[in-house]
Amino acid sequence: MLCQSCHKNTATTHIKSIVNGELTEYALCSECAKKLGYNHFFGSFADDFVGGLGSLLGGFFGGEAANESVTRCRKCGASFEEISRSGKVGCAECYRTFRNQLLPSIQRIHGTANHRGKRPGSLAMQVVKKQEIVPTPAAEPKPKTPLEEKKEALQKAIQEQNFEQAAVLRDEIREMEGKQ
Amino acid sequence: MSKWYQKSGPDGDVVISTRIRLARNLREYPFPNRMSSEQRAEVEEKVKDAVLNANQAFSSMFRCIELSSLNKEERVALVERHLASPDFISEPNHRELILSNDEEISIMVNEEDHLRIQVMKEGMQLSEVFNMADRIDTLLNERLNFAFDDELGYLTQCPTNLGTGLRASLMMHLPGLQESGVLARINANLNKLGFVLRGMYGEGSQAAGAIYQLSNQVTLGLSEKDALENLTGMARQIIRQEREARKQLREDISVQDKVARALGILGSARMLSSSEFMELISSVRLGVAEQMCKDLSLDTVNALMIEAQPASVSSAAGHSLTPQERDIRRADLVRQVLASQTK
Repeated sequence: MLCQSCHKNTATTHIKSIVNGELTEYALCSECAKKLGYNHFFGSFADDFVGGLGSLLGGFFGGEAANESVTRCRKCGASFEEISRSGKVGCAECYRTFRNQLLPSIQRIHGTANHRGKRPGSLAMQVVKKQEIVPTPAAEPKPKTPLEEKKEALQKAIQEQNFEQAAVLRDEIREMEGKQ
Repeated sequence: MSKWYQKSGPDGDVVISTRIRLARNLREYPFPNRMSSEQRAEVEEKVKDAVLNANQAFSSMFRCIELSSLNKEERVALVERHLASPDFISEPNHRELILSNDEEISIMVNEEDHLRIQVMKEGMQLSEVFNMADRIDTLLNERLNFAFDDELGYLTQCPTNLGTGLRASLMMHLPGLQESGVLARINANLNKLGFVLRGMYGEGSQAAGAIYQLSNQVTLGLSEKDALENLTGMARQIIRQEREARKQLREDISVQDKVARALGILGSARMLSSSEFMELISSVRLGVAEQMCKDLSLDTVNALMIEAQPASVSSAAGHSLTPQERDIRRADLVRQVLASQTK
């Protein structure tokens, strides 16, 4: 199917939208999706796998229908191949079952796999305050790595609205994280 | 009771509204893409029960709407009022919208995640809106067991929402920046920093009515506080640039002419298509914000921008309309509102 915006490239992203009072689904190529503000920054999760692990595994095993020994989540029955094809994880337990396969993509999407926000049972802003006031042993000051210093500089640049510098820092951080 | 979209708020010349969305799932059920209809019904009941029995002051604010009980126009009108997503209304079975009376809080049940807790307010009010969403999340968590992982945070069907599950968005009117053609460059910079600016209405490269949505993309590795501070920093920058661009537009006689003509057509037309309306109301909004049309308020303009949307016009009529009937009704509505405001 061709992209409905440029009518040139193959469409890879499907977007549901309301156009003139009608629920419409339209298909865009990655280039136009990016221009219109859909799915860029990290691309769609499913796309991440289509060119990578998903198709690799699919090709290697010759499709999972033929393979009885494929690992399935014991709670919802999803296989990793199904998750990577749809871009949708089956259940909370899948994140445990397929953790090692999912982590590289999660890291590529978010740049990290360490949650730093709210935890169940407290307010988000309280979590932040508690950590600031009562340092736990793990939070004791450690010598900062160059990467951490860069990340702090990035936060500062964003808060000071120095966006040119922030963009440069962001790229440098990307590069450093890529090398790790 | 006046709704958030009938008012204008802080920085209302540029920022129309603020929205916070939190994605949450119940630990004991598969995510929506792998649920049976029995499980969907159970999740619906559990979430409803949690909202309606949380505490009396909170619970009495809400009503529950079974999506399948609405007709097509009514469902689309929910999207036009930003209370539900296009995805949510595309498949109405076993989906429930829990809505506060002032329409500031909406909880979508069985959308992409079991719960999408959404809070909206007029103008730029990120911390107020977030605090409300945070409190609702905490309250519901007393009765619902949310899927959470120490490293990955709140677990979501799509890994792009892992962590805080927080999407913060500002709906912005940017006629100045759209006119000066710098939005593509701004957007490229925003993308590098993990933000996105997207047209709210219409298809194609020009956003209809110059209305855009600025939101965060990264949800893992950043606290809610940092994510909101970063978004505020970005928004401040865009607001400043938009105001700068408008200074020039304000002095330009061709812009003044465009605003005055737009007001003239809206005040007298007998038929208005949706796209013509959006183009004209955007000019008028610019004129009102920049004190060129003194009789009108931003509240009135904001309300019209929602109420003149296609499905909202049809559902106000109470029966389905042909496109021509709809254009006639839209023009009637706009004429009446403008006549009551400008004397």
